[in-house]
Amino acid sequence: MANYKSILFEQMIKDFAETEVKPLAQEIDEEERFPAETVEKMAKLGLFGIVVPKEYGGCGGDYPMYIQAVEELSKHCGTTGVILSAHVSLCAAPILEFGTEEQKRKYLPDLATGAKIGAFGLTEPNAGTDAGNQQTVAVEMDDHYVLNGSKIFITNGGYASTYVIIAVTGKTPKGVEMTAFIVEKGWEGFSFGKKERKMGIRGSSTCELIFENVKVPKENMLGKRGEGFKIAMKTLDGGRIGIAAQALGIAEGAFDLTVAYVKSRKQFGRPISACQNTQFVLADLATRIAACRGLVYVAANAKQNKLPTLSVNAAQAKLYASETAMEVTTKAVQLHGGYGYTREYAVERMMRDAKITEIYEGTSEVQRMVISGALLKK
Amino acid sequence: MKIIVCIKQVPNTTEIKIDPVTNTLKRDGVPSIINPDDKAALEAALRLKAQCGAEVVALTMGPPQAEKALRETLAMGADAAYLLTDRAFAGSDTLATSTIIAAAVKKLGADAVFCGRQAIDGDTAQVGPQIAEHLGIPQITYAQDVEYCEKKGTLRIKRQFEDRYQTLEVSGLCLITVLSSYAKPRYMNVWDIVSQDEKEIGILTFADLEINPAEIGLGGSPTKVKSTATKQFDKTIETLELDAEQAANAIVEALKQKHLI
Repeated sequence: MANYKSILFEQMIKDFAETEVKPLAQEIDEEERFPAETVEKMAKLGLFGIVVPKEYGGCGGDYPMYIQAVEELSKHCGTTGVILSAHVSLCAAPILEFGTEEQKRKYLPDLATGAKIGAFGLTEPNAGTDAGNQQTVAVEMDDHYVLNGSKIFITNGGYASTYVIIAVTGKTPKGVEMTAFIVEKGWEGFSFGKKERKMGIRGSSTCELIFENVKVPKENMLGKRGEGFKIAMKTLDGGRIGIAAQALGIAEGAFDLTVAYVKSRKQFGRPISACQNTQFVLADLATRIAACRGLVYVAANAKQNKLPTLSVNAAQAKLYASETAMEVTTKAVQLHGGYGYTREYAVERMMRDAKITEIYEGTSEVQRMVISGALLKK
Repeated sequence: MKIIVCIKQVPNTTEIKIDPVTNTLKRDGVPSIINPDDKAALEAALRLKAQCGAEVVALTMGPPQAEKALRETLAMGADAAYLLTDRAFAGSDTLATSTIIAAAVKKLGADAVFCGRQAIDGDTAQVGPQIAEHLGIPQITYAQDVEYCEKKGTLRIKRQFEDRYQTLEVSGLCLITVLSSYAKPRYMNVWDIVSQDEKEIGILTFADLEINPAEIGLGGSPTKVKSTATKQFDKTIETLELDAEQAANAIVEALKQKHLI
């Protein structure tokens, strides 16, 4: 029997991305505006709840479907892709994976329907790649913890309502003890700092979260005390597949535009697609993209089936996809010539959007550390 | 209220290629879609579902591949879907098709039947009205808007004419044909995309229906297509280099010669 679920999902998400996301991509980039209207439409279709089980108000879909959604949205708009990725991978997924039954019943339904948007706070001014160097602290009081500190570069920061926050709760012989908490917007002492002005994904809301004596009820501790670093790393394993899918989508989007462009652009009396240089560049890019797709969906399946290879699969997918996105978009601009350098052509935006995929949720260097670390541990 | 929505799976193109030997549509290699007017009819029914809890049942006749179109209706929110499929149905013209669909509507039972105005592959606009005739129920064609009046339990339908609208109110079983300009149909949603997987498509064959075999299939189809041909367009372009006034006159003259003005 045909796999109608996949066929229909692909048809829907392609149609939605083409019709609803593509027309806004340039505008939200220019205006550095969060596409709230698109987010509302995505919510109605269930895109924020793809992987959330039905009993928590989700769709009961699978991880590859969600990854395909990020890919298809990112073909037209990297901003829209990362809004979904950060929400699902970095907030809904860890609550689903590490949350208590009570936490799941409380938080997942609104995250699944998109009534509330999710975000994740790990990065700090002095804790980037060195994520262990956390300064945000949570001090245990009677029935709550008191949270103090700040998180920076938080995707969906200003628009989210539910946050998974990592904080230091004590010391261990090896270093600091970290714990994860679910924090809600609107709690006393929780405010927002500056909104970043970025090179790319400019419609995405990236901002600083500030915690000043925020009372976090003990029932909002995610996982056990001291599991914060583990939860963060496992969350990022999943998140990296989302970013890999975003990078893959950006690469595919830029590639498709370039193929169309080289067929219509004439120089020396013939389309530039007739030049062997163009043909060979396109052949190489298409091959890299195909390899990326393979890695991304291998990782998505590893996540779906909880395979032990997940961490390495995700790191390889993200490393290769993000570097491919950079390579493809740079060559896409080159093949577009002067036009490609202008904001009239989407490849200019795509090249700026691609760069972040090599940086966030673990830089390419971090991915190489993860991959080689697993290799040499054996 | 139970609404049966009749849909047709059609090739996704208005430029249909025709097999010169059999004079039938060449479907190979052309992606299939739900006929646009039918999708609008489904949208109308789904809005009534949201408004007054109507049960929406999609129905189509076609080869087994038409299951995909029915699954799409489920993914948009239809409650159930039925496929009319049987070798005995093959070769049916609009009259025979409407005979079969009417029998299926009788069997399934409905409070309203929604169809698209016409299909983009045949453009006859006959099947909807013929179903109504077979069933002996009122028909309201060219619906631009369908509304449920909660107080009276009636449907108010705005019909589109070339130069005016007509608003009708109807109670009891009726058939409505809907225009694609009624509304942009909703997207499929992920909840229903996933849950359609757990639903069965109902299959209805000749044996399930009360039909006279002489009235269906090729034998029961009075329409015989003698020939169908693709229109050839003359694409010669004539370029005239004239100033504005001369150009305007030349265009007017050319249009007059072709009796277009």
